[in-house]
Amino acid sequence: MNTALLYSLVGIGLFSLGLYALIVHAHLLRKILAINVMGSGVFLLLIALAKRTATPLPDAVPHAMVITGIVVTVAATALALTLMVRVAMENHRAELSDQSQE
Amino acid sequence: MEKVTLLIMLFDLLLGLGLLWLAWQLLESRNLFKAVVLFVAFGLLMALAWVRLDAPDVALAEAAIGAGLTGALLMAALAKLPSRDKSEPLADEKGHWLLRLALLLVAAGLGYVVHSLPESAPGLSAEIANNLASSGVNNPVTAVLLNFRGYDTLLELMVLMLALLGVWSLGIERSTREEPVGPVLTTLVQFLTPLLILVAAYLLWAGADAPGGAFQAGAVLAAAMVLLLLAGWPLQGLLTGVALRLMLVAGPATFVALAGLTLLDAQLLAYPPQHAGKLILLLEVAATLSIAVTLAALFLGYRPRTNKEPG
Repeated sequence: MNTALLYSLVGIGLFSLGLYALIVHAHLLRKILAINVMGSGVFLLLIALAKRTATPLPDAVPHAMVITGIVVTVAATALALTLMVRVAMENHRAELSDQSQE
Repeated sequence: MEKVTLLIMLFDLLLGLGLLWLAWQLLESRNLFKAVVLFVAFGLLMALAWVRLDAPDVALAEAAIGAGLTGALLMAALAKLPSRDKSEPLADEKGHWLLRLALLLVAAGLGYVVHSLPESAPGLSAEIANNLASSGVNNPVTAVLLNFRGYDTLLELMVLMLALLGVWSLGIERSTREEPVGPVLTTLVQFLTPLLILVAAYLLWAGADAPGGAFQAGAVLAAAMVLLLLAGWPLQGLLTGVALRLMLVAGPATFVALAGLTLLDAQLLAYPPQHAGKLILLLEVAATLSIAVTLAALFLGYRPRTNKEPG
């Protein structure tokens, strides 16, 4: 098994674990962590697939996209965390209610 | 030689399993504080994986942003939650077998797709190698980020700005209660801040030829600001109003101005090759400043008020 395939499979595993936790857990902080793990999985897959070049140097375009992605992820996480704190202030718990308002 | 390859393969396997195990632990641990600490450890292991995949630029970004700043953000948010929320009972997991089966099928399908991809795919590496000489820098990743696909970085700076606008518009003030800061933290910050500024400057300068660049430098500079904030330095009081806003928009504004000029001249963000190196350095300096201040402001979590404004 080569390195690119191994890390691609790990990336898929991380994505699936994150998706499971995102669906199952109600607490918003855990959902934010789950989305971050899913993102890490996608990044790992992208970079692992970029390694399949004939030369020793990997393809630089996915690398640049992942760096952009990491910075966007931290910005989105900061916004999500602020929203979570606001929800916790309003509802006295960091969860979204299941019942619709009507 | 054989033995070394075998050892490296074993290391890759252990690292992959370690990443999956840590992810499972952090997503399923009962205690949220433990989950956040495990997430930071997960980020550091990810940085190791990036090194193994020949992506040192990504490793630097992950170690500074993914593990460092995200960890600080998560801790700060956790501290603001009501205390009984911090260790929540896990959901009842009996009824999830159908979901697990579906996700297993999704993972297997994705695995099959990745397995059936061609063994060798050069992507755009040949085009990058051919045009690197006219890009103004020698590091292919920096060339892609600031020259070939400069619009990605332009839009990314806008996303950072939007996130900050979102955080500011939610209008959450930190409680005025200030915790006393110990002498160890104060001394550590006094030693670390100059060092971090130096590291940021080095990363910024080295980004032209070696791993590094505006994002990594901005993240390290933001880490220095976060440390200063944690140690009780009144950064949010010193940096307000017009000065703060000028630093926030320095990167995006320089980018937009350059995009406009190049659009008039030839094509969006297509620099003349003889000036490309200097233009990229200018963009990177402005972007580093904006990224650092934006990330630190995101950590602060609210809009710093000037003295004239009513509280």
